[in-house]
Amino acid sequence: MSELTAGKAVAKTTATVAAEAATAQKNEWRPISYWPFVIPAMIVVMAVIIFPWVYTIWMSLHEWKVGQAPTFVGFANYLRLPSDARFVESVGHTLVYTALSVALPLILGTLAAVIFNNKFPLRGFFRGLFILPMMATPVAIALVWTMMFHPQLGVLNYLLSLFGLPPSLWVFHPATAIPSLVLVETWQWTPLVMLIVLGGLSAIPTEPYESAQIDGATPWQTFRYISLPMIMPFLFIAAMIRMIDAVKSFDIIFAITQGGPGSASETINLYLYSVAFVYYDVGYASAIVVVFFALIVALAGALLHLRQRTHWNEAGGSA
Amino acid sequence: MRDFLNKLGLTFAFIVIVSPAVLFFLWMLSLSLKFEIDNASYPPVFIPERINWGNYAAVIESKRFMTYFFNTLIVTGSATLFALVIGVPAGYGIARMRARKSAIVILIARITPGLSYLIPLFLLFQWLGLLGTLWPQIIIHLVVTVPIVIWIMIGYFETTPMELEESAIIDGATRWQVFRHVALPIARSGIAVAFILSVIFSWNNFVFGIVLAGRETRTLPVAVYNMISFDQLSWGPLAAAALIVTLPVLLLTMFAQRQIVAGLTAGAVK
Repeated sequence: MSELTAGKAVAKTTATVAAEAATAQKNEWRPISYWPFVIPAMIVVMAVIIFPWVYTIWMSLHEWKVGQAPTFVGFANYLRLPSDARFVESVGHTLVYTALSVALPLILGTLAAVIFNNKFPLRGFFRGLFILPMMATPVAIALVWTMMFHPQLGVLNYLLSLFGLPPSLWVFHPATAIPSLVLVETWQWTPLVMLIVLGGLSAIPTEPYESAQIDGATPWQTFRYISLPMIMPFLFIAAMIRMIDAVKSFDIIFAITQGGPGSASETINLYLYSVAFVYYDVGYASAIVVVFFALIVALAGALLHLRQRTHWNEAGGSA
Repeated sequence: MRDFLNKLGLTFAFIVIVSPAVLFFLWMLSLSLKFEIDNASYPPVFIPERINWGNYAAVIESKRFMTYFFNTLIVTGSATLFALVIGVPAGYGIARMRARKSAIVILIARITPGLSYLIPLFLLFQWLGLLGTLWPQIIIHLVVTVPIVIWIMIGYFETTPMELEESAIIDGATRWQVFRHVALPIARSGIAVAFILSVIFSWNNFVFGIVLAGRETRTLPVAVYNMISFDQLSWGPLAAAALIVTLPVLLLTMFAQRQIVAGLTAGAVK
């Protein structure tokens, strides 16, 4: 199966290359002639993306507090990380926060997509309402969530009481701080998962569903054996995007808890903020940036690995 | 009868799934329109007997608020326009050269936390003596806006057919003329999508402002955040300020919902 796909891909690439070569020959338009379109953007990208990266790596090898002269210390900043309890703790918080903030929106977003996939009057209007959270200014909504989390005056504890549940301290207690923040993250980003999965669902042809209906399949069987395998690639993309965004989440956490209470919700990104802009220890902060980036790439790589092991390919899986 | 029950179930499912989004914004509106005494009452009052427009007046009349509003307008406007001017041709060039690999370099900006760009660029702005002006924020917002514009434009130009461009070339048009008169008009809707998403993500940005903005150069998200830390907690004006900050984005989302969905899913899936 995979060899066949690979063979097809090669054939396609060869055909594309041949076609391109023919076009280029016909018009004497080499790709190089498009450089003028790209050069201004390249300069900007170098200035705001590449330069900071090179500079960060250089800084990470130096002991440097703002206002002092940098001294070269090799990998000392990196070696400091494992014994920095606050950093180690923040890695744990980041992993928990990320795992929850990928899983919950993925489940709820898929459910929402299945519902939105039905034809329904005013569907576009409902979809518009549904995607509002992800476009709203994060700090502004964080502010309102903070009010809603208030243990005495907040509306959330009132809602709990309506269902006969005991009140919670939400973001004001170490044990519930991260789950409460994940609630906000889930509220905000479930719509993105829904949109991506909906894209996948709407691409499925109707025939399999028709034959499933004739065979008398239950809605769950239909979802499990027809929809789910077909939307696997889309679920994977959604998980990837969600993972990258959740791991570096900043606005919501910073505005609601500032990493607190104590350091109960301090993720790597928040700790990085403290080291860089509260203590102005830029050398050490740069080492954190590099390790943080490596962690994100490693998590993304792990997801990719998982995808290959489970054989979800573009034909819709091994099922 | 069964059909009716199905419809009913579906309606119910829709309401359940959409209500967390809708109720949140209604509650935000409710908080912003109440007197303090109603905001502090238990059980909470959803629709107040007396409406207090004073919260909005208090926010808008405070002198600095308008300064921050115009700061946000300038930063977002400049960062978006600049990103369009350089990003649209770049998307065209990359799409026509089929240089998808060079587009991956820009992906770094998607993966890296925005905060990490702040340390080196902060030092650079300090060295250039730009702190205290709006320039640092305009420049650093390009980290967000330029990649958005380039990704969306690559997607659009890759799907526009080459035939028209080829016939223009045969007629002797220069590359620039082809771009200006053939490719650009076709990609108009793509540019609109890139514009909208760039505006929204720049408008919403908080992390760059919290570090780079001084007292005079704050943007609205930073100003709202500072309201929590310094003012005594009074919910009405806070909620009103929060709603004013996010209102332009909410309206844009409602009006341009189709384009936003197209842009987000195209950018996400490719």
